[in-house]
Amino acid sequence: MSSKVHVQARINGDDVEFLCEPRQSLLEVLRDVLGYTGTKEGCNNGNCGACSVILEGRLVNSCLVFGFEIQGKELQTIEGMGSPEELHPVQQQFLENAALQCGICTPGFIVSTKALLDKNPDPTEAEVRYWLAGNLCRCTGYDKIVRAVLDAAKAIKNS
Amino acid sequence: MKKFAYIDATSVDTVPSLLGRRFGQAQVLAGGTDLVGELKEYIATPDRVVNLKSIPGLDYIRQEDDGLKIGPLTTLADIETSTLINDQYSVLQQAVSAIASPQIRNVGTIAGNICQRPRCWYYRSEDFDCLKNGGDTCYSVRGVNRYHAIIGGGPCYIVHPSDSAVALMSLNASVKIQGPRGPREEMLDDFFVLPELNIMRENGLRANEFVTEIIVPASKPNTKGIYVKVRERDAIDFAMASVAVTMTMSGNTCSEATVVLGGVAPVPWRVPDVEQFLQGKQITEDVASAAAEMALREADPMSDNSYKIEMTQNIVSQAILDLA
Ligand SMILES: Cc1cc2nc3c(=O)[nH]c(=O)nc-3n(C[C@H](O)[C@H](O)[C@H](O)COP(=O)(O)OP(=O)(O)OC[C@H]3O[C@@H](n4cnc5c(N)ncnc54)[C@H](O)[C@@H]3O)c2cc1C
Ligand code: FES
Ligand code: FES
Repeated sequence: MSSKVHVQARINGDDVEFLCEPRQSLLEVLRDVLGYTGTKEGCNNGNCGACSVILEGRLVNSCLVFGFEIQGKELQTIEGMGSPEELHPVQQQFLENAALQCGICTPGFIVSTKALLDKNPDPTEAEVRYWLAGNLCRCTGYDKIVRAVLDAAKAIKNS
Repeated sequence: MKKFAYIDATSVDTVPSLLGRRFGQAQVLAGGTDLVGELKEYIATPDRVVNLKSIPGLDYIRQEDDGLKIGPLTTLADIETSTLINDQYSVLQQAVSAIASPQIRNVGTIAGNICQRPRCWYYRSEDFDCLKNGGDTCYSVRGVNRYHAIIGGGPCYIVHPSDSAVALMSLNASVKIQGPRGPREEMLDDFFVLPELNIMRENGLRANEFVTEIIVPASKPNTKGIYVKVRERDAIDFAMASVAVTMTMSGNTCSEATVVLGGVAPVPWRVPDVEQFLQGKQITEDVASAAAEMALREADPMSDNSYKIEMTQNIVSQAILDLA
């Protein structure tokens, strides 16, 4: 008997089916089983937010959730946001504000920003900083990221 | 991570038998934000993981005549934003909003927060076979003990990591517990246990028991609460020291108070002497500093953590003055 579990879920609007071991985190499943490598692994323990994804409308750390837990659920990852031809407004504003250097934290920040703006389209700077507390960036010093988020909110409102 | 079998529990009654009588064999899974970390580091090595999220109806916040009832699977984020949790319980919301990050509050549950395991770096490391991991040494005693206990420690010196438990204890909350012979209720005051009583656990749950509800009694009129937490990194961090204070005021006199310290002891540390001292007092700066001094009277710091005494005194007096 196989010790793997069979999981069906919707990822970025696509129906997806996979087998995984109960002990595999959602982050491992995304990257190693399904090839969604846009979601990054930083700390693997909940501190850095590089692995952020949106599960059933809630921002979560995929490194702290098991893969089998997305059975029957709706998941959004960075791959579901924009395309090289048409960037998502959040991606566009990260570019325009130069809100990244090495870029390892960027997918996590962009997904977190989307989760914030979905709930609160017009956040204050304090709200942006409070919300992004779970995302760590070792390079930028955060100011440009915060500006990019505020500009993205404006851009989405005006579009 | 060790391999384990994963079981979706379907009702509260069946959980005790799924857990079994021996600690370590099976482990309850709520949000997993703590358990997944413990599994990854081989600190927890159960054969079975029993998922509670498959049991319907354990996620609720209800205001009833005798107080607030919170389901064990209610997420910290839902507590933080609930409009049902009114002013009298605001100390709980203040504490919860100071926990971890939005990502973790979105998944982490209230019962999981109370039952989470300590963050002592020796305990959390595979390389140290410490007392809590079944070994015979507490490495903090001769090691780096900056974040360890200054009160109530010995032979192990962890601090209890939960912010919500400190606030809930200040609200005289209790927990409902399900075991093989049915439910029982216990005040949080009695739920947590010191290492001198049980070095392997931080609370009195038996291996086949789990928390099914948090009950917060209604407080008296004119009662307010405050939670103050000091952390090294403001974005995400456990408490170096924290305090929850509630005070019932008549005019500018305190008629009743509760004072609970966090981040300084192996359990949320209630200080009944200070609560009594504050009763019937007009709150002045002198009263607040006397209370703060009294709150730390039993402190017995280790080599690197005496800073916690003054830090905790400061937030105790600040909290008392803020409420007056
Ligand atoms: C990076 C990071 C930072 C953090 N910062 C803070 C902080 O500042 N303050 C703070 O308070 N916490 C902090 N935490 C801890 C976090 O809040 C807890 O991990 C979370 O609340 C646990 O809830 P959970 O539902 O995810 O529990 P789980 O991980 O599912 O369970 C935790 C433990 O409790 C047991 N358990 C769960 N539910 C029950 C139940 N109903 N009955 C009996 N046992 C149960 C599990 O078996 C396990 O041992 C932090 C965690 C991380 C990863
Ligand atoms: S990899 Fe998940 S929070 Fe850092
Ligand atoms: S850009 Fe390098 S970590 Fe953020």
